[in-house]
Amino acid sequence: MSAGFAFDLLLAAALLWSAWRTLATPDIFRAVILFIVFGLLMTLVWARLAAPDIALAEAAIGAGLTGALLLDAIGVLRGRKKT
Amino acid sequence: MKRAAIVALAALFAVTLIVLLLDLPAPAVDLPAAVGARMADSGVAHPVTAVLLNFRGYDTLLEIGVLLLALIVVLAVAPREGVAALPRADPVLQTLARVAVPLMLLAGVYLLWAGAFRPGGAFQAGAVLAAAAVLLHLAGLAPAWNAPGKRLRVGLAAGFLVFLGVAAALLAQGTLLQFPPAWAGALILLVEAALTVSLALILAGLFLFLS
Repeated sequence: MSAGFAFDLLLAAALLWSAWRTLATPDIFRAVILFIVFGLLMTLVWARLAAPDIALAEAAIGAGLTGALLLDAIGVLRGRKKT
Repeated sequence: MKRAAIVALAALFAVTLIVLLLDLPAPAVDLPAAVGARMADSGVAHPVTAVLLNFRGYDTLLEIGVLLLALIVVLAVAPREGVAALPRADPVLQTLARVAVPLMLLAGVYLLWAGAFRPGGAFQAGAVLAAAAVLLHLAGLAPAWNAPGKRLRVGLAAGFLVFLGVAAALLAQGTLLQFPPAWAGALILLVEAALTVSLALILAGLFLFLS
């Protein structure tokens, strides 16, 4: 088994695990962090699939902007709960 | 019992999906070969950019139109008072923003330029620039504004308008968005530069006006 194949297996397992944890975790903040982790792993997957264009878009939009937007949404929700 | 049935059904669905995906028929049209054969006429050296901006430029034109429409809807429903400046964040975040934003600007412009011959292009560059704007806003370094002024509105629409203008000018020769090979490189760079500015402003605007 080559190192590349072992890495792919590990990547696939980590991707499935982070996807499951994102959906299953009760803490909404942790879910967003896990979603960002999922996006970064997805970037690695696209890079491994020799699709660097999609990897770039996923890193910038999927993990970066969407993550920041979700974190901001949590901040707004928490602020609303307090008042 | 119900739960076990659902899990079993989901597992069955997943296995069926995997089996079907592993057995996909070969596509009827060999697109990579068709793109490769016309690369010399596209004006760029990277096949993805050639498809997005030249061979299927129509799709990209509609995409930027949809994004602009989304932002106009956000502007219509967003509260009237504009975007307030956040209080200055803690010094660590401020310092990070001050160090990172110039580098992000550089990376954005590089991605735009690199799109002609390697992975990159207007969408990635715009996303990086938008992230820089969001970072500045979250660090409390971006100024507040009351309403989008004339310059911001022009910037938001520039990508769509320039693309539309190029398409209209090319319509004179009879076909929609068929770049003449001699001009293709320069026209694509012009369209991509305008797209980058607009995409950065639209993506940052979707974030700032909603938050």
